[in-house]
Amino acid sequence: MPAPVDVRAEVLANSRLSADYNVLVLAAPTIAGSARAGQFVMIRATDGTDPLLRRPFSVFEVLQRPGAAPHAISILSKRVGVATSRLFEAVVGDRFDCLGPLGKPFTAVAPPSEAWMVAGGVGLAPFATLTDELRREGTTIRLFYGGRSHTDLFYLDWFESRGVALDLATEDGSRGSHGRVTAPLERALSARPATDGLMLYACGPEPMLKAVADLAQRHQRPSQLSTERIMGCGMGGCYSCVIRARDEHGRVHFVRSCLNGPVFNGDDVVWE
Amino acid sequence: MKADLRVRIGTLELKNPIIPASGCFGYGLEYAEVVDLASLGAIAVKGLFLAEREGHPPPRVVETPSGMLNAIGLQGIGVHRFVREKMPELRRLGAVVIVNICGSSLDEYVELARILSDVDGVAALELNISCPNIKEGGIQFGCDLGSTHAVVSAVRNATRLPLIPKLTPNVTSVASFAKAAEDAGADAVSLVNTFLAMVIDVETRRPKLSNVMGGLSGPAIRPIAVRMVYDCARAVHIPVIGMGGITSARDALEFMIAGATAVQVGTACFVDPFIWPKLLSGIEEYLERHGIERVADLVGTLRINGA
Repeated sequence: MPAPVDVRAEVLANSRLSADYNVLVLAAPTIAGSARAGQFVMIRATDGTDPLLRRPFSVFEVLQRPGAAPHAISILSKRVGVATSRLFEAVVGDRFDCLGPLGKPFTAVAPPSEAWMVAGGVGLAPFATLTDELRREGTTIRLFYGGRSHTDLFYLDWFESRGVALDLATEDGSRGSHGRVTAPLERALSARPATDGLMLYACGPEPMLKAVADLAQRHQRPSQLSTERIMGCGMGGCYSCVIRARDEHGRVHFVRSCLNGPVFNGDDVVWE
Repeated sequence: MKADLRVRIGTLELKNPIIPASGCFGYGLEYAEVVDLASLGAIAVKGLFLAEREGHPPPRVVETPSGMLNAIGLQGIGVHRFVREKMPELRRLGAVVIVNICGSSLDEYVELARILSDVDGVAALELNISCPNIKEGGIQFGCDLGSTHAVVSAVRNATRLPLIPKLTPNVTSVASFAKAAEDAGADAVSLVNTFLAMVIDVETRRPKLSNVMGGLSGPAIRPIAVRMVYDCARAVHIPVIGMGGITSARDALEFMIAGATAVQVGTACFVDPFIWPKLLSGIEEYLERHGIERVADLVGTLRINGA
């Protein structure tokens, strides 16, 4: 894995998708050139000391012009606090320190296995780059995507235009199934013959990740979960972002999700 | 001509006064691909007990204005795994390793010192008697003058390595603890560890940290830390290693003028893992601009009352 770099990335575009969500495009050729699906960047939302720490974001898209090398990445951000508000309000030409790529990526499965991605809310973030990697493998992709309401579901055309089958769910029932995204996932898992290969990928709130891991286990399917813990440094220095996980000997430890993750095998994570 | 950045901590000469602080730099190897560890004065590795430790459940950190609280609970791999798994690579990379040791008893400190005294590449011991986040050991030695003297004396008798007790600011007079450490044979003292603090979520009325309390670090504490370093440097004759919210060369210089022979940098490294060469070049630039040939000549040169 190439060493991370810290770039003072210029904002090339900021698309506000709703009152809370935005996609920020950052000029970062080195990161764009080496980032893999599931990896993240640490972004400093201010040059001052308040807020002090950087925030982790999955690399959402790797952007390149036809025939050229990747020149930018984007992040999918949901406005929840001071830092994400600053990113929401950013304008073209602003610059943010952007450190990455960091963390362990997803492993893309190849046919005949299918790839089922399960996203909750802003947990959609790692699945655009994963879609690109899976398409290079020629893998059939399905996206189970849940949000509070239809206004919280984004980039549907983007995924559909890349041949990704969509299974949507909203908690208010305004689009797709009414309720949690794990309900259509469970139906689909039950319907799929055990002999047909399958890899589950999930990113979203921890209750959703736990539910996906449980479903995967019950249906004897492997899963890869992208976790999100409160992170201090992203480099393994601070030991903030720990998660309980089994090591190769089956012993359970707190491991740093920035180094050992953020992507874990679902079977390895021990939920509190 | 480039300024001379060397400083001396007891028998240990550092090539420059910049040291990543314990608990903020892992075991050093985490950062080996973004900084040349040999370019640093030394590195203070994460605090070690004899045994492995799990640490506290998350959430372990919370941000505050210009600062952060942590309650990691000294998660660590224990001294034996450290010596076996980390020291060979640290030696190979040329790091000057200050091992931070923590004990839940006086005997544990002594045993750790004995073990590490025989390990090639261990340059000094930092005695953690100041972690505010664990119940057993650590700070119980650092909040009582008699206990501080006792633990430093006991470890002094067990090792010839330079000994650096790390002091807590959570006492009435840090300087009296620096003096107790000096009297017991310490080669230097380092300060400050974090300030015991709390953040409450008023909506849920729950503490933001699983441990309820944690240690405050970052720029928010810097002026208090500078004052405490100043107090200690005037109270003792051994070197003081200053820390607390350093984010720039200016901040490092402030501690040195207050009396610190060297400085440690912790929280700022979380924000900028590439900070080290910036700190060093900033100090060099300052020395050149002020016509100071040796950084050691800057230590404790605060001018007061028209001096």
